[in-house]
Amino acid sequence: MPHDHHDHDHLSPSGHPYQPDQDHTLTRWQAMEIAMRELLVEKEILTAAEITQTVEAMDRRSPADGAQVVARAWSDPEFKARLLADGSTTIGEMGFEAGAMKLIVVENTATTHNVVVCTLCSCYPRNLLGLPPDWYKQRAYRSRVVKTPRKVLSEFGLDLPDDVQVRVHDSTADMRYLVLPVRPAGTDDLDATALAELVNRDSMIGVAQATAPE
Amino acid sequence: MQAHSNSRNVIVMEHDNIRRWHDMGGQPAGQIDLDQHNFALWEKRVDALMVLTSGKGYFTVDGLRRVLEDMGEDTFETMSYYERWVQSVNQNLLEAGAYSLEELSTKMAEVTARGETYGDCAAGGE
Amino acid sequence: MSTLRAPVKVRVKDWFPPGHVRTPFFLRGKVGVIERELGPFHNPEELAYRQKGAPRKLLRVRFEMSEIWGEDAETPTDTLDAEIYEHWLEPADAT
Repeated sequence: MPHDHHDHDHLSPSGHPYQPDQDHTLTRWQAMEIAMRELLVEKEILTAAEITQTVEAMDRRSPADGAQVVARAWSDPEFKARLLADGSTTIGEMGFEAGAMKLIVVENTATTHNVVVCTLCSCYPRNLLGLPPDWYKQRAYRSRVVKTPRKVLSEFGLDLPDDVQVRVHDSTADMRYLVLPVRPAGTDDLDATALAELVNRDSMIGVAQATAPE
Repeated sequence: MQAHSNSRNVIVMEHDNIRRWHDMGGQPAGQIDLDQHNFALWEKRVDALMVLTSGKGYFTVDGLRRVLEDMGEDTFETMSYYERWVQSVNQNLLEAGAYSLEELSTKMAEVTARGETYGDCAAGGE
Repeated sequence: MSTLRAPVKVRVKDWFPPGHVRTPFFLRGKVGVIERELGPFHNPEELAYRQKGAPRKLLRVRFEMSEIWGEDAETPTDTLDAEIYEHWLEPADAT
């Protein structure tokens, strides 16, 4: 399964090595991308700098951003209350831009487990988690998690007891969803930085729990 | 992959002309594949073109989705995510009048003539 | 989100238009309760075709799995929430 790697010299922000596309034979779709980009710059619709900056911003965003939000919610009850009431405004307090995306944060508890999907396409809280994992965009997850969420979660290694209610959230329109996982036991002494390291990407989609401390 | 062909047979029998192919919640499907590919630079650039041109009002995310849906199920099964996106972004930019098909054709020919690899061919623009 | 008022029951319309819509097929005709009201947002069915998009309320509707999948529900009391535009919803109080 996909892992949350730590920073490494030759890894992309997604935690995987960059694909050596520069050296492969040009495809038709790559030629289209180059041509479209150059035309948009020539016509002064976009600047080359804007495009570079947008790619760089994309590279900077990662699940570590969402993890900071979760860690603060675990440590600061008033922040958590604001986050659950108005996700978009509240992540702005931490310097994260909601952009066009409107954020709803859903809280896991001892009796409720939330999991997020987009059955119609691949809507995802990119501003907090970066680009979505491949499985999130594919047929199997999108088709199955709305009908047999417990079976799907068990395939991710998460077996939920019967007394925990599962709430599936289908991102069908203008809202994006972040799951606030349950704070692991034995973390009372950890500060926000240490707590954030326990928050993995999958726990914020709802297909995993936060990582237990070592 | 067998589950896919199986699910598509079900679709044709039960929901022909009713359920659109991309609307797949609850349909039978196979195992979840947890392999992750790395986003290539050209893919991130396609994403950036979408973010920037839609942000400037040339089209909307619903325009992007509409073309992806109309491209059909075979493209979903046979092409990568950003291969589909680049076509949809292009279609939307053509519809918005950002550039013409003639300009695109001329530019693509010029790009392709620059060399063999993405690195060679992308170098001309910067 | 008020817990003091009775939940408002709504039914998703049984429409099958041959174009871009954001109402999942598996929820058409199903009854749920309004979880919260959002928006207004521009109607995506118009935005998709380069129209301005009239403002429409967006409702988060919560469905029980038993309502959606009937006998096939994995756990009948689990729920599914989806965002549905107001023009896709009709009152379901009578049922």
